[in-house]
Amino acid sequence: MSTIVQDQKYRNSQKRKDAFISTFIGFFAFVWIFPILWTIWTSLRPYSDVVSYGVFSWPKRLNFDNYFAAFKQMHILGYFLNSLYVTIPAVIITLFLGSLIAFVVSRYKFKFSLPLLLVFTAGNMLPAVLVYIPVFWMYIWVGDLVGNRNFLYNNYLGLILIHVAFQTGFATFVLSSYMKTIPKEISESAIVDGASVFTHYWRVILPLIRPPLAALGVLMTTWIYNDFFWALILVSQDSKRPITSGLRRLNGEFVTDFNLLAAGAILAAAPTVILFFVLRKQFISGLTLGSTKG
Amino acid sequence: MNTTAADKKVRSRRSLSRNDRFTLSAFVGFPTFVQLIFLWIPALATILLSFTYWNGIRISDIKWAGFANYKNIFLNDTLFYEALKNNLIWLLWFSLIATPLGILLAYQIDRKIKGHKIYESIYYIPVVLSLAVIGIIWNFMFQPGGFIQGLMGRDIGNAVSIWGNYKINTYVIMAVASWRHIGYIMLLYLSGLKSVDPSLKEASAIDGATDWQTFRKVILPAMKPVNIIIVVITLIESLRAFDLVFIIYGSSTSWPLLNILVYQNFAGQGISMKGAALAVILLLLCIGPIIGYLRTVFKEDL
Repeated sequence: MSTIVQDQKYRNSQKRKDAFISTFIGFFAFVWIFPILWTIWTSLRPYSDVVSYGVFSWPKRLNFDNYFAAFKQMHILGYFLNSLYVTIPAVIITLFLGSLIAFVVSRYKFKFSLPLLLVFTAGNMLPAVLVYIPVFWMYIWVGDLVGNRNFLYNNYLGLILIHVAFQTGFATFVLSSYMKTIPKEISESAIVDGASVFTHYWRVILPLIRPPLAALGVLMTTWIYNDFFWALILVSQDSKRPITSGLRRLNGEFVTDFNLLAAGAILAAAPTVILFFVLRKQFISGLTLGSTKG
Repeated sequence: MNTTAADKKVRSRRSLSRNDRFTLSAFVGFPTFVQLIFLWIPALATILLSFTYWNGIRISDIKWAGFANYKNIFLNDTLFYEALKNNLIWLLWFSLIATPLGILLAYQIDRKIKGHKIYESIYYIPVVLSLAVIGIIWNFMFQPGGFIQGLMGRDIGNAVSIWGNYKINTYVIMAVASWRHIGYIMLLYLSGLKSVDPSLKEASAIDGATDWQTFRKVILPAMKPVNIIIVVITLIESLRAFDLVFIIYGSSTSWPLLNILVYQNFAGQGISMKGAALAVILLLLCIGPIIGYLRTVFKEDL
C-alpha cells in the first residue's frame, strides 16, 4: 500500500517536472524560430513603412511586393538556376563514384580495400583551404590549355568537380557500410550464374542500395546547395554565381533596403527547408547512416 | 573447411575474366583519379608551397623559404594568435555549452515530452539553412532597424553597432553559431537514442534511478560511438568555421579566425604563401579529430 502511495507521489512530481521541462523547451523553441519569423515579417513590409513609422510600428501595408522585386531587381532566379546547374550534376556524379568504390571495397576483398576506404573517408574531412591555391591555379592553367579561362574557373564544371571530389568520400563511406549488410550469398549466386562485374554492380547491387542513395541524395543536395566557400572563391562572374554567394553580394548592394533582402533570404532558404520537410526521413537517415555505425 | 573457403576465394578471384578485371580497375581508378587530382595532390602541393615564397602568379617565381613562413607566423603575427584565440573560444563554447545543450535537448525530446514533435521540427530548421542565409537572418536582428535594436529603443537613425562592439560581439557570434550547431547535435543524438534498447531505460526507471542518473549511468555509456562522432564533429566544425563570420565581417580581420586569415592571404590584395603555412597549421590541428573519427567508424575493420 505504502509503496503505491509513494509511487503515485513520485509520478506526480515527475509529471510536474516534465511539464516544467516541456514549457522551458517550448519557450526556447519560440526563441529558436523567432529570427526566421521576424525575417518573414520583415519581408512582407515595404521599407518605407519601417523608415517612417519605426521597427515595431503596426504595419500599414503587408504584401508580397518584396518577393516580386527580389525576382526583378536581384535576378534571384538566375542565381537559383546556377545553384541547380551545380547541385544536381554534382550530387548524381558523387553518388555514382561513391557507389563504384563502395561496391568494389565491400564485394571484392582486395588488399587495398581498407586503405582505399580510409583515404576516401579522410579526404572528406580535409580543410577546404588546404587545397584552395593549387586547385585555383590548376583551374586557370587548364583553362589556358583549352583556350578558355572560364572553362573551369567561373564555370559550373569547376564547382561540380570540387564538390564531387570532397563529397565522394562521405558517399563511399556510407554506401560501403550499407553494402556490408547485404548478404554475401546474393553476390555469390550472381557470380555463379556467370554475371560479369558490371552486371553484378548494375543489376544486383544498385537496385538494393536505393534507400541509402535516396538518403545521401537529399543530404548532399542540401550540403552542396548550401556551400558558400567554393561558390565564393571559384566564381567571380556574377552571372555564374550560385545563390549563396549571390546572396552575399546582394547583402552588400541592398544593405539599405533590408526588407527586399529579407525576401531574398527567405527565397534562398526555401528549397532546402521544403526539401527537408518533404523528405525528412531520408535527410535524417542520411546523416545518421554516417555517424551511428559501429 | 577453412582451406576450401580460402580456395574458393582464390579461385573466384582468378576466375575474373579480363573484361571483369578491366571493369574493376575502372571502378576503382576513375574515382581515385578524381580524389587524387582535386584533393590529395593539391593538399600535398599546399604543404610544399608553405615552405616557399610565391606571389601566386608565375611558377618560375617560386623560391625556397624553409621555415620562414612558419617563423613569421609564430614570431611576428599577432593576428594569428588572435585567430587562434577565437577558434579556441569557438571550440570551448561548442564543447562546453552548445554540444551538451544539444544532447540534453535530444534526451528530453526522446522522452516524448509534451509537444516534442513540433519542438523537434523547429530545432531542425536552422540545420538545413546555409550559413550565408543564417548570417543574413541574424543581421536582421542586430543591424540598424533590426529587432534587437528596436528592443533597445533605437530606430534606424540612432542605431548602435553590435558587430563592432568588441565587448559583446564574441558572445553574439557564439550565440548565432550555436543556433545551428545545437539542432545539428540534437539530430545526430536523437537518432542514436532511438537505437538504444528501451528496456534499458525502463529497467533503470524501475530501479528508482533519477533522470540524471539514468542519463549519466545508462544512456551515455550506451551511446559511446555516437559520443565520439559528436566530439569529432564539434572539434572539426570549430576549427573549420568560416562562412558565418565572413558573411558578417567580410574579409576584414575584425574578428579573425584561422580560415579567414588563410582566405585573406590567398584572395586578398597580394597572394602570400603565409596562407599555405596557415592552412597547414589548420590541417595539423584537424588531424587528431580526423584520426579519432576514422578509428571509431572503422573499429571493426582495423
